[in-house]
Amino acid sequence: MSTRLATGGRLLDKSRTLDFSFNGKQLKGVEGDTLASALLANDQMLVGRSFKYHRPRGIVASGGEEPNALVGLGEDGKFEPNQRVTTTELFDGLTCTSQNHWPSLEFDVGILNSKLFARFLPAGFYYKMFIHPRPLWKHVYEPFIRQSAGLGKAPRDRDQDSYEHFYAFYDVVVIGGGVAGLQAAKAAGQAGAKVLLMEQDPHWGGRAPVDGGTIDGQDPQAFVDATLDELKSMDNVTLRIRMMGAGVYDHGYVLGYERVNDHAPSAKGPRHRLWRIRAGQIVTATGAIERPLSFAGNDIPGVMLASAVRDYAVNYGVSIGDRTVVVTNNDDAYLTAITLKEAGLEVPAILDARASGGGALADRARDMGIRVETGKGIASVKGGKRVEGVAICAQAGEGAVLEEIKCDAVAMSGGWSPVVHLWSHCGGKLIWDEAEAMFRPDPEKAPTGDTGEGFVIAAGAANGMFALGEALTDAQSAGEAAAKATGHKGKSGTAPKGEAPSYAAIQPVWMMPQGANIKLRMKAWLDFQNDVKVSDIQLAAREGFESVEHAKRYTTLGMATDQGKLSNINGLAILSDALGQAIPQTGTTTFRPPYTPISLSSIAGNAIGDTFQPIRKTPMHDWHEENGAHWEPVGAWRRPYTFQKSGESVEDAVIREIKQTRESLGLLDASTLGKIIVKGPDAGRFMDMLYTNMMSTLKPGRCRYGLMCGENGFLSDDGVVARIDEETFLCHTTTGGADSIHAHMEEWLQTEWWDWKVYTANVTEQYAQIGVAGPKSRKVLEKLTNDDVSAEALSFMGWTEITVAGIPARVFRISFAGELSFELSVPASHGRALWDALMEAGAEFGVTPYGTEAMHVMRAEKGFIMIGDETDGTVIPQDLMMHWAISKKKEDYLGKRAQEREHMADPNRWKLVGLETTDGSVLPDGAYAVADGTNANGQRNLQGRVTSTYYSPTLDRGIAMGLVHNGPDRMGEVLDFPKVDGTIVKAKIVDQVFFDKDGEKQNV
Amino acid sequence: MSNAAVSALNGATVQGFARVEEMGLQGMITLRGDLASAKVKNAVKEATGQDVPALRSLNTGDKGAVAWMSPDELLIMVDYAGVTDTLALIEAALSGEHFLAVNVSDARAMFRVSGSAAGVRETLAKLCPVDMTPGAFEPGMFRRTRMAQIPAAIWMPDAETVQIVCFRSVAEYTFNLLRDAVAEGGEVGLFS
Repeated sequence: MSTRLATGGRLLDKSRTLDFSFNGKQLKGVEGDTLASALLANDQMLVGRSFKYHRPRGIVASGGEEPNALVGLGEDGKFEPNQRVTTTELFDGLTCTSQNHWPSLEFDVGILNSKLFARFLPAGFYYKMFIHPRPLWKHVYEPFIRQSAGLGKAPRDRDQDSYEHFYAFYDVVVIGGGVAGLQAAKAAGQAGAKVLLMEQDPHWGGRAPVDGGTIDGQDPQAFVDATLDELKSMDNVTLRIRMMGAGVYDHGYVLGYERVNDHAPSAKGPRHRLWRIRAGQIVTATGAIERPLSFAGNDIPGVMLASAVRDYAVNYGVSIGDRTVVVTNNDDAYLTAITLKEAGLEVPAILDARASGGGALADRARDMGIRVETGKGIASVKGGKRVEGVAICAQAGEGAVLEEIKCDAVAMSGGWSPVVHLWSHCGGKLIWDEAEAMFRPDPEKAPTGDTGEGFVIAAGAANGMFALGEALTDAQSAGEAAAKATGHKGKSGTAPKGEAPSYAAIQPVWMMPQGANIKLRMKAWLDFQNDVKVSDIQLAAREGFESVEHAKRYTTLGMATDQGKLSNINGLAILSDALGQAIPQTGTTTFRPPYTPISLSSIAGNAIGDTFQPIRKTPMHDWHEENGAHWEPVGAWRRPYTFQKSGESVEDAVIREIKQTRESLGLLDASTLGKIIVKGPDAGRFMDMLYTNMMSTLKPGRCRYGLMCGENGFLSDDGVVARIDEETFLCHTTTGGADSIHAHMEEWLQTEWWDWKVYTANVTEQYAQIGVAGPKSRKVLEKLTNDDVSAEALSFMGWTEITVAGIPARVFRISFAGELSFELSVPASHGRALWDALMEAGAEFGVTPYGTEAMHVMRAEKGFIMIGDETDGTVIPQDLMMHWAISKKKEDYLGKRAQEREHMADPNRWKLVGLETTDGSVLPDGAYAVADGTNANGQRNLQGRVTSTYYSPTLDRGIAMGLVHNGPDRMGEVLDFPKVDGTIVKAKIVDQVFFDKDGEKQNV
Repeated sequence: MSNAAVSALNGATVQGFARVEEMGLQGMITLRGDLASAKVKNAVKEATGQDVPALRSLNTGDKGAVAWMSPDELLIMVDYAGVTDTLALIEAALSGEHFLAVNVSDARAMFRVSGSAAGVRETLAKLCPVDMTPGAFEPGMFRRTRMAQIPAAIWMPDAETVQIVCFRSVAEYTFNLLRDAVAEGGEVGLFS
């Protein structure tokens, strides 16, 4: 059983006990524990169930590579699934639950399935089993798989915590705070570079304090402490713990994932902070990860990486078992045996797969009285929910059992793989190191930046430099090189001298024993979380999935939340073996950020709640809010769709607003309309190019409606242009078009007509604009101004400056509703005051504010087009019968040439008409008019479609506009518009102006 | 002009590890023209008492301030009440020149973040992709940048203050961003 030792635990403060619970069980840990070490100290070996077979799973590692021990952490608004216990710092009051078990962790129904059906669930099982018959997938298979599969449950409650981003800039970013990272940061800092050193754990030094050796004759911890002190004294060096290098991106962009308050969840401040860092050079001192060995039963709780067994003993004073068998193919695992023996625990045997055995550490182990068996391996592990013993065999054989040894833990080591993830994220290449049996960064093929030079340097164990001495030397040169590459030529010190026992050569062992039979291979796990075994990879190879990427997806190897940190290298070695090719020929799968999962909330940062998205608000927004506005998003703006009175439906509100405006007086907040100033000696010439109609002839004081097209001829925007003076135009655009049209203008001015003397300015937000419409609009205006707004002084399509309600205003006599109307434009900070004054003055006329829907209906009654309804990016003004707005006199305008091309000038293009249902009903939006026959695809031929359709309260019937083949020549014809319910609406082609065709109402 | 002019948030404030305040109405004029021309230099001098600022910087004094917006655009800042007069002055000084001078005072909102030198720098570094390290960004510099999801411009009137200009319509969003960024417990501890 696993338990807390009397001694050891260098990271603990045993004087402080912490209470926590696992599956409702109250347990105790101490300050400094990880959740993993605390669970193990309480003999909680079983922590979860595997994904596919629901096999019992225990903790296998001690760091971010942990595949098994994932829990649901916290409750309610603090709940988060799939949290690795190995990287979760224990805090008082922590609650967690295991995952993927039903009904309980101890007794799981899924395990019965796997015992009965395991041999029917090989690689590709889902693909093969569930592909036919198709309908069964949706109704039978998928619900079943969803019930039984899946690890953590999605949170039900809103996340209570806050998250933020942080932008930072450094010459050199060193990722990893082990001895290599510390040394690299020191070297770069001494050379004068601005350095950030980040470490994912809450403490510095990495593995060195556990693994021993000496640095400049001292204990590694002494070196760590001294170097930290030095770094802290350097102004140009920033140190951050609990911060993981999550990803490396183009141009030295680094994501740093800082877990600010995970260890103190009740503290103020953000839970996570995502650092978005620009780095000149990046040093990856990310260490290495130990590989498991592939033997039967290697997934039984109690089988653990040898380094993890060592970590728990040294760092947390926790033993995994009283009797631990060590199995290895390299010298490193001997350290574990020695550590355990020194802690007073039993090590019944070290099984060294190498016939020649180990080096100096092996001798030391033997001297301590530990039995060392060379050329031996594990045939199988005995036990179910925990290890009970191992059967040993010759590594060279097929698994014949030589002896069984009772034990309650197995420490395994298949060698070490440098953590090359961050090196590889942005394209750094790897080389296969035959002697060390590992992929290491190829220094000739670093990820390159804009100059073609590398911007990532791997250092220490991450660079395949495992020996303490060479790791420190490598880190020194990495730090110096990074500083130099960022232009810092200061003098660095020299690397300290690291000494550790020398290791005998590793012998690659990808399968144990080498000739394991199928029964053993089916129980030799590669991917613990996704249940991928040696036999699955071999099956994938046999079935033709020869690419490592294909084999990965077919078997799901490395696709779990740990992304194959333990399994990938072993898996691709098995695949290579099955394909009879060398490992580098198979290659690795792609390493993608993040290094370990980061919270989605940290990515969202502040984009949540009232800062989820910027909402643009007009100066009258609050009034609308207080007066029943039913909002409609228009771009980033919110505009009132209608103003609902209490008890009133949205439809009724719209009808009321239209009737009241047509009968008396309505107000529209038109502030969102784009307003762009175009000024200069060449402004007229520029305007003539921008608009299809002639704008240069417009007189100051007058307005003209105009159309704008892109180069391709399609209609992009429309609006009223007012000429302010000889050199200045004010262009009104659609609400959504303000920014894009301004950019469109600037693009032409900056790239094509750079020598034209024109300046533009987007003054959209400078003005609050209010449409005052209806027969009483002049009356209400006259109440608020002493200026002359009579038809004589201010005729239709004229504008002038007046003072209204004491506010200087421009008044435009333009009409989109078809009524007598005025648009008042005042400085935005007076907008609300003017609105209030108009509401007050209009009260005697029953003034009603109206929203966008009433505006749309009224313009449709008048047959006015709307950008985005009548246009969709494929419509030209000619389609809309707007030839009147296309100048024949002008030599050119944007879109002219395109509109003359064959397809655009084709008489068969669909053209704009009005549509009137024969039964008075409202046509469905977007409905198509069908024609006789079918097309090549067997679909019904079409001859038109609805672009705008409304109920018109003015006419008390449905009205619509649409684009119809030869429409204007077919007045009076009735078309069929099928509805989705299978019935047909009949509609007659009519003139699109339904109301006041002669404009008598607006022109008074 | 009526006295009813109201800025976007009417002087809202919030206190965290730094203080955030909407600063009320500020006179602003967009001036586009040839920044190298003697007439433009002269007009800027008359309007603000300042020289045309260098790339990404601003010049400021008692009479007003002027900030570099682009190779042919300046932002002139004077009292809100004085904009009409300043515009007239600029137009007179640039008569005959090709230029555009337009009042944008009401199109904007302005904020002040004040507190400790480290606190105000951190607040901005949470929101803008700008190197706020002392030395990299200092009083006299001016950045047009992005603040979370909106465009903004920032500068430091002094070592303990940052000022922000954004569009008026997103003033509330800006205020809320700053409110969250200065929340107690969110100190990064980087610039202190």
